[in-house]
Amino acid sequence: MPAGDVTAWEIVAAVPDPELPVLTLEDLGVLRSVDVDQSGSVLVTLTPTYSGCPAMDAMRADVQRALLGAGYRNVAIQFELAPAWTTDQLGPLAREHLAAAGIAPPGEPGTPVALSLKCPQCGSLRTREASHFGATSCKALWQCSACGEPFEHLKVLR
Amino acid sequence: MSTDVVAASDLQVYALYLGDDCLILSHRLAELAAHAPEFEEDVALSNLALDLLGQARALLTYAGVVEAAGRDEDALAYGRDDREFHNLLLVEQPNFDFAHTIVRQLFFASYQLALYRRLEHSQDLTLAAVAAKGAKEASYHRDHARLWTVRLGDGTKESHSRMEAAVGFLWPFTGELFQPDPITQRLVAAGIAADPAALEPVWRAQIDQTFAEAGLGHPVELGIRQGGRSGLHSEHLGHLLSEMQHLHRSHPNASW
Ligand SMILES: [Zn+2]
Repeated sequence: MPAGDVTAWEIVAAVPDPELPVLTLEDLGVLRSVDVDQSGSVLVTLTPTYSGCPAMDAMRADVQRALLGAGYRNVAIQFELAPAWTTDQLGPLAREHLAAAGIAPPGEPGTPVALSLKCPQCGSLRTREASHFGATSCKALWQCSACGEPFEHLKVLR
Repeated sequence: MSTDVVAASDLQVYALYLGDDCLILSHRLAELAAHAPEFEEDVALSNLALDLLGQARALLTYAGVVEAAGRDEDALAYGRDDREFHNLLLVEQPNFDFAHTIVRQLFFASYQLALYRRLEHSQDLTLAAVAAKGAKEASYHRDHARLWTVRLGDGTKESHSRMEAAVGFLWPFTGELFQPDPITQRLVAAGIAADPAALEPVWRAQIDQTFAEAGLGHPVELGIRQGGRSGLHSEHLGHLLSEMQHLHRSHPNASW
């Protein structure tokens, strides 16, 4: 278990990501620490996926709401940049959750960047990148040549 | 902390050098939202703008902290006049056409990637953290510009001639990227800043390789138009700021 108060950690860990709600903040790997002091004040440290991630404010509000809802009174949330987030920090269940939602996950840590992704709809490997930049900073847009469906890909960042 | 051994004013200005580059280029790219030549490109340019805006926020916030005079990121972004901005002249140049946008991106992203890769090892931990994160983003930005440069340079007669015109217009601004100035040099000596002169060979190798693939040429000597670092800007920055700062200046501290 990570350091800090287990209960507060569990509450924050279960908060869904505002832009990828199939992942929790823990799945996404952006939750760095949750510290509760003797007076019960909580300090949550998060890291952004991309420098300009517009979901940071929403994340802050969601974490605040979850902790206040659980009875914590003083809640502070900070973002730290170092060490920089990479897709290698995704939690163990993240890839499964992404695939189930039709979003092609990035490769496992240590694997080379794939030239072709498996289509989440039909499983074909005959896919191509339509645009390296998708609806959010962390995603790319792909298309399957077999079934014709477009799909999103959480792109590798290392 | 690095501020013990170097003047806080040097560090503050250097953070503004880097932050203003990001902020002004971000605004230029944001102007293209809903105006790019195809939908995917619209999304791409908006993503690039967002990355740069995020870097700008971190750097301007840090400049404000180092200055310790109570100015936050908003005060620095929206409360300064053009003479107080330190960005490179390159990044304020307008989006005359898509070729200008792409060549400007190629020149700047290749420079910023080389810069951030050095700055990752800065003795200043905040700058090192922004650079380590920014380098991952700049690498995508460089690739994006490189692919378009090859596609357009090696494309139709029309696209090739537009790329040539854009290179001709923007090349004069390249010298400023590698020009040493006293503030940067003092911070280089303290292990905080990246030495601009050391970035040039890395940048040139990238540009030469990309231009060779794209069938484009460029002058041997770097350009000589400069002044942005010391606040002497082209006429374009004033127009950009009047739009960017309009809301904040008309309704100070408005919130919604
Ligand atoms: Zn398919």
